[in-house]
Amino acid sequence: MIVAGCDVGSLTAKVVIMKDGEMIASSVKRAGTKPRESAERVLDAALSMAGLNRDDVDYAVGTGYGKDQIPFVNQSESEISCHAKGAWWCMPSARMIIDIGGQDAKAIKMDDKGNIVRYIYNDKCASGTGRFLEVMAEALGVKLEEMGSLAEQSTEKLTISNQCVIFAETEVVSLINERKKPQDIVRALHKAMANRVASLAKSIGVDENEDVVMTGGVAKNSGVFDALSEGLGLPLKHLPGMDPQLNGALGAALIANEKMKGK
Amino acid sequence: MTLVAGCDVGSLTSKAVIMKDNQLVGIGVIKSLSDPQDSADSAMNLALKNAGCSLSDIKYCVGTGYGRERISFVNEAKSEIACHGKGALWLVPSVRTVIDIGGQDCKVIRIDKDGVVEKFITNDKCASGTGRFLEVMAKVLNISLDELGDLTEKTETPITFASMCTVWAQADIIKYLNSGHSVEDIGAGINAAMAKRVAMLAGAVKPEKDVCMTGGVAKNKGVVSTLEKVMGVRIRKVRKADPQIAGAIGAALFSKARLNGGGAR
Repeated sequence: MIVAGCDVGSLTAKVVIMKDGEMIASSVKRAGTKPRESAERVLDAALSMAGLNRDDVDYAVGTGYGKDQIPFVNQSESEISCHAKGAWWCMPSARMIIDIGGQDAKAIKMDDKGNIVRYIYNDKCASGTGRFLEVMAEALGVKLEEMGSLAEQSTEKLTISNQCVIFAETEVVSLINERKKPQDIVRALHKAMANRVASLAKSIGVDENEDVVMTGGVAKNSGVFDALSEGLGLPLKHLPGMDPQLNGALGAALIANEKMKGK
Repeated sequence: MTLVAGCDVGSLTSKAVIMKDNQLVGIGVIKSLSDPQDSADSAMNLALKNAGCSLSDIKYCVGTGYGRERISFVNEAKSEIACHGKGALWLVPSVRTVIDIGGQDCKVIRIDKDGVVEKFITNDKCASGTGRFLEVMAKVLNISLDELGDLTEKTETPITFASMCTVWAQADIIKYLNSGHSVEDIGAGINAAMAKRVAMLAGAVKPEKDVCMTGGVAKNKGVVSTLEKVMGVRIRKVRKADPQIAGAIGAALFSKARLNGGGAR
């Protein structure tokens, strides 16, 4: 039995293929302007990795901001449900997921059975989303992927006091003019971003004795990951053996799997 | 003759005024320099020159604005809110609510008939609802701020922006431009988004009539007319002097009150 989960986000599209309850292939591709095409492209990439074609897929579930425009899915599901499902499958001890995507940030609380207890979502303000980092990387003239390792070389502690992307960008420009080093500025930016996300998560209650996992593309940035751990006052966890960007697609595939099992 | 002064050092512009018997006799407005003291000096020198007097003629000077603690020649520093309230009342005696939108912040102040602050709210945390929002959008549209302000009356079909965040609205503009929407519809939509954000903030102080607007954004016709519609009130025009100097006027009025032995409330 082959199922697929497809998560079309604002910046990337992701697919996970499962066979008899095990993950056998996945793919992440930059999303274009048309969610439909992005979804098909990433599905075909994952299928070819598994040596399968579209007819082999018994059931597919879509999620993410473009979920209603994916042509090949049998149904769509909310991102919150998919993220909870995915994280629970990878790590049953997880009680909270903090997911930072390109244009949003969310925190989801789960009980010990993986049921969603509470969640909060920010897609109204670019602060605390991946866009914050993108804008700052551009202002600094550094690559987004390099920000994590750059921050590790920081020697001077700086503070960015603004959380608004627009105001923080101005602050970055003045720091550059003051000849502050990019690595120090980047570390300060990670901290500012982490504080924003930490307050979002804290608003629904964070228990420092429970496992909190970070997912989404920004989880790959070690600087934000560490700063967020610090901001929350607990050791954040990665999903074991999983690309953090795939969690939503994984959850969608798991829901497809349940459907097929007649749940 | 007793001369008093007020000096308002802001992040973008610095203003100084000199008053005699409740009348303006000298005004100095400059672009702020990197050091608040330099900004204060040069705005004050301009005002002194304008009034034809020297610093030693000034009996009392109150400073305000973000750089107020670092001006050597002031006798006292006062909050921007208090000064703006007082200054607005001098500009428009019937005013009870002042909406001041500057380059990087927005304040709404409700005052009583004597200009004493009853309630106020500020936003300097988020660029939305500040002059910066309009600056960013004008740049994307490749038009001047004045041109942006004129677009509202040129269309009946403004676009409704889904997000008030400057970053998201900027991305939306690009999408709308690419899909062939007119600059008029987009610009009018931007002015409306700005007005809605300001009205939301204003709602928190329970605004009372009359309402007036100060700060640079008061010059944007589109924002003002949409704000009137959203708030359901007429916004009184400030004609007596450049509304930009309201804070400095308020500061000078506090100076006068000090000399008259009154507690500068």
